[in-house]
Amino acid sequence: MTLETLVWLIPLPPLLAFFVILLFTRGNKRISDLVSVASILLTWVISIIVLIGALGTFHLGENPIITQIVWLPLGESVETSLTMGALVDPLGAVMLFFVPLTATMIFIYSTGYMASGHYWTEVKGEAHGEDHESDEHHEVVVDDAGRKLTQFDATKWKARFMAFISLFAGAMLILSIADSLLLLFVGWEIMGLCSYLLIGFWHNRVYPNQPNRTTPLKAGIKAFMTTRVGDVFMLLGIAWLYSVTGTLNFRETLYSGEMLLALEAPAFPTLGQSVPLLAGLSIAGSISILLFIGTVGKSAQFPLHTWLPDAMEGPTPVSAMIHAATMVSAGVYLLIRMFPLITVGWHGHGYPPAMKVIAGVGAFTALFAATISIAQRDVKKVLAYSTISQLGYMVAAVGIGAYIAAAFHLMTHAIFKALLFMGSGSVIHAVEHGEQHAHHEGHHFPIDFDAQDMFNMGGLWSRIPVTAWTFLVGGMALSGFPLITAGFWSKDEILADAWLHAPVVFFVLAAAAFLTGFYTMRQIGLTFAGKPRTHAAEEATQRDWRMNLPLIVLAVFGVVAGYVGVHEDFPLLGRLFGGNPFHHFVSQTLLESPEVALFDWTPVLLSVIVAVGGLLVGWLVYVRRPLEVGEADPLKKVLGPLYTLFENKYYFDELYEVAFIRPSQWLARQIYEVIDRGMIDGLLHFIARSTEWWAFRNKDFDTGVVNRGVDSMAEGIGEASDSFKYVQSGRIQQYLAVVAAGVLMLAAVFIWALFLH
Amino acid sequence: MIPLHLYLLVSAGLFCMGIYGVLARRNAVAILMGIELMLNAVNINLVAFWRYISPESLNGQVFAIFVFAVAAAEAAVGLALIISIYRNRETVIAEDVNILKW
Repeated sequence: MTLETLVWLIPLPPLLAFFVILLFTRGNKRISDLVSVASILLTWVISIIVLIGALGTFHLGENPIITQIVWLPLGESVETSLTMGALVDPLGAVMLFFVPLTATMIFIYSTGYMASGHYWTEVKGEAHGEDHESDEHHEVVVDDAGRKLTQFDATKWKARFMAFISLFAGAMLILSIADSLLLLFVGWEIMGLCSYLLIGFWHNRVYPNQPNRTTPLKAGIKAFMTTRVGDVFMLLGIAWLYSVTGTLNFRETLYSGEMLLALEAPAFPTLGQSVPLLAGLSIAGSISILLFIGTVGKSAQFPLHTWLPDAMEGPTPVSAMIHAATMVSAGVYLLIRMFPLITVGWHGHGYPPAMKVIAGVGAFTALFAATISIAQRDVKKVLAYSTISQLGYMVAAVGIGAYIAAAFHLMTHAIFKALLFMGSGSVIHAVEHGEQHAHHEGHHFPIDFDAQDMFNMGGLWSRIPVTAWTFLVGGMALSGFPLITAGFWSKDEILADAWLHAPVVFFVLAAAAFLTGFYTMRQIGLTFAGKPRTHAAEEATQRDWRMNLPLIVLAVFGVVAGYVGVHEDFPLLGRLFGGNPFHHFVSQTLLESPEVALFDWTPVLLSVIVAVGGLLVGWLVYVRRPLEVGEADPLKKVLGPLYTLFENKYYFDELYEVAFIRPSQWLARQIYEVIDRGMIDGLLHFIARSTEWWAFRNKDFDTGVVNRGVDSMAEGIGEASDSFKYVQSGRIQQYLAVVAAGVLMLAAVFIWALFLH
Repeated sequence: MIPLHLYLLVSAGLFCMGIYGVLARRNAVAILMGIELMLNAVNINLVAFWRYISPESLNGQVFAIFVFAVAAAEAAVGLALIISIYRNRETVIAEDVNILKW
């Protein structure tokens, strides 16, 4: 088989697994696990073969692995038709390295994570005994809000879960090998659907005593709706690009100098004269901004970031896969992929407007999300905001032209953030297990015990050492601990580029890096350090190899993956690790290879100082003197009202509730009342009523004229017959007399006629 | 030879007696007897016309024999009906048997 064929086969096994599980093996959890894990392993093997082939290809950037077929014939020639095809260029190869790797690990992890657990669900109606299919009979509890609740088996839909993540993995791989914006968009949208399905996976979950807390059901809808906003703009961008260039193929648009030059024309030549804001905007820039709004939705950048923290309502493997390693990365991948388009009009100095927007949004998001992250209690929410912040780094990197650094950080972040999420899932699992265990030993637990609240943890280091060590590795990588972690090298590259090109962005990102170190250490301290603060934490255990193995594998990659991108001039290490092979490999993707930024000690030292400084402050506050039971967050005293602001996420949810959700609900209600109820229903009712009126008039005619006429005719005949009936007397001699009289009369007529006439 | 019209007068008288019997008698058996009289009046006519008008063919005699046979059969059926009526309704008065009416 040629490499071209193999590329086609990459997304196939998980997609097949999706259908196989849903159609055939849904009833059997074990076989479904096996099918999905086998499919992703097969995909991983194929990707590795393709990857080796791609690495062995001479000048892959100029001779990428391409296959394509005509998909939708449009117009008269093949050139204007939409094609569907696979493309593996250096950037695609990077995706093929980390996407199947993290997906495989997450699949294995899922089989363990989804194998146990309970959550609360509301009992509907009286006859819950019959339709409650769970084998165990759980007692019904009434919470403060007056809802009847019972424990629900979280493993019940495991096979479905495996099917959904298989579909998701397939879609992500389609996106990774897509050779055109259209196919990329297909994968993008399937992932959006899977994200919705998986966030709301435990759709009947409710939180006792917290009726206003976001449930998985609401979170799923929120994620879907919010990303939809971005997707609409992205589709507009795609349509615009197609209408200008007549093709959506990456190679044809992005790697053709003439095409890019044509796109440099101003987008609004007439409108720009009166609106100065639009004057500097080229066609390419406008399309880039539209596509970037798609990224803002998908990669949860400000201002469409609110869905990602709520997406943590999904099962933790989902958070790891969709909301850390792959789907949110897709947004950044799109930006990196469209880099030549974004940078149209950028000739090394003076950024075009689109890049300014991207860099500004990215840098702002990086800092903004990091500040929220330091005040979160939920172990997964910290990571969620951290993800938003890190994605902001990558977006900012694209915005300042640091193309390779963005791709590099995309790869390392996917690995260590997946690791961190799976670690947090392991922690949650351990605490839930401890809660059950302590419950059985007679300790009374409130029904609203939150196994994700870090203030209910503490002292887990000795209980779950594998998780703790791997989490530490992930955390260090996230905060960019110098030299030994992958995150250091990738983040350093972004910061170095920012230092060189955009000092403002550098300082914002450096501040975010400080906060990153701080909240990482806070999280590690609250979770693992000190003594257990609850019985659940005391009894916490997690010994499932299916969960520990992926942690260890990703922890290894979390360290070594950074060494492919060490700057050539970095003392000692640069030479040791082959002189930045990642840069040389990925830079071929572009028409003109970007130059390696000159090595500069200042940003490196500054980034080391902020990262280590953040970690140190976190260590001082949360690890050196661990929190006692019931003690408030020490940060609260220091930050005061700022802490409340961070804790409540700058009240963005509330703001959007007032600014967008309520007005659109109000508008929807008005439209419902006026147009639907008033006009459409009114018209229908009018037609119905007038038809009814006409029908009643017809009925009156029918009964009054037709029926009465026919009836009276029948009655008349009946009456006449009545008066004649007495002829029929039943007396035979009368009849005979009549006959005789008749005969006599006939005889008389005859006689008169024959003789007397 | 006795002229034909005398036979016809006898026959007509007999027929009228028969009709009178049929129309005026109440007893069903008597009505039946009136019918027999009428039939026999017809027979006299048939035989008389044969003898005076076409003695060379046997038409009139044969026709009269047919009428006898039919009259005998009719009397049998009629009497059986009367007996049946009598068994069911204990009467042979024709005007009492009047259930077939309006």
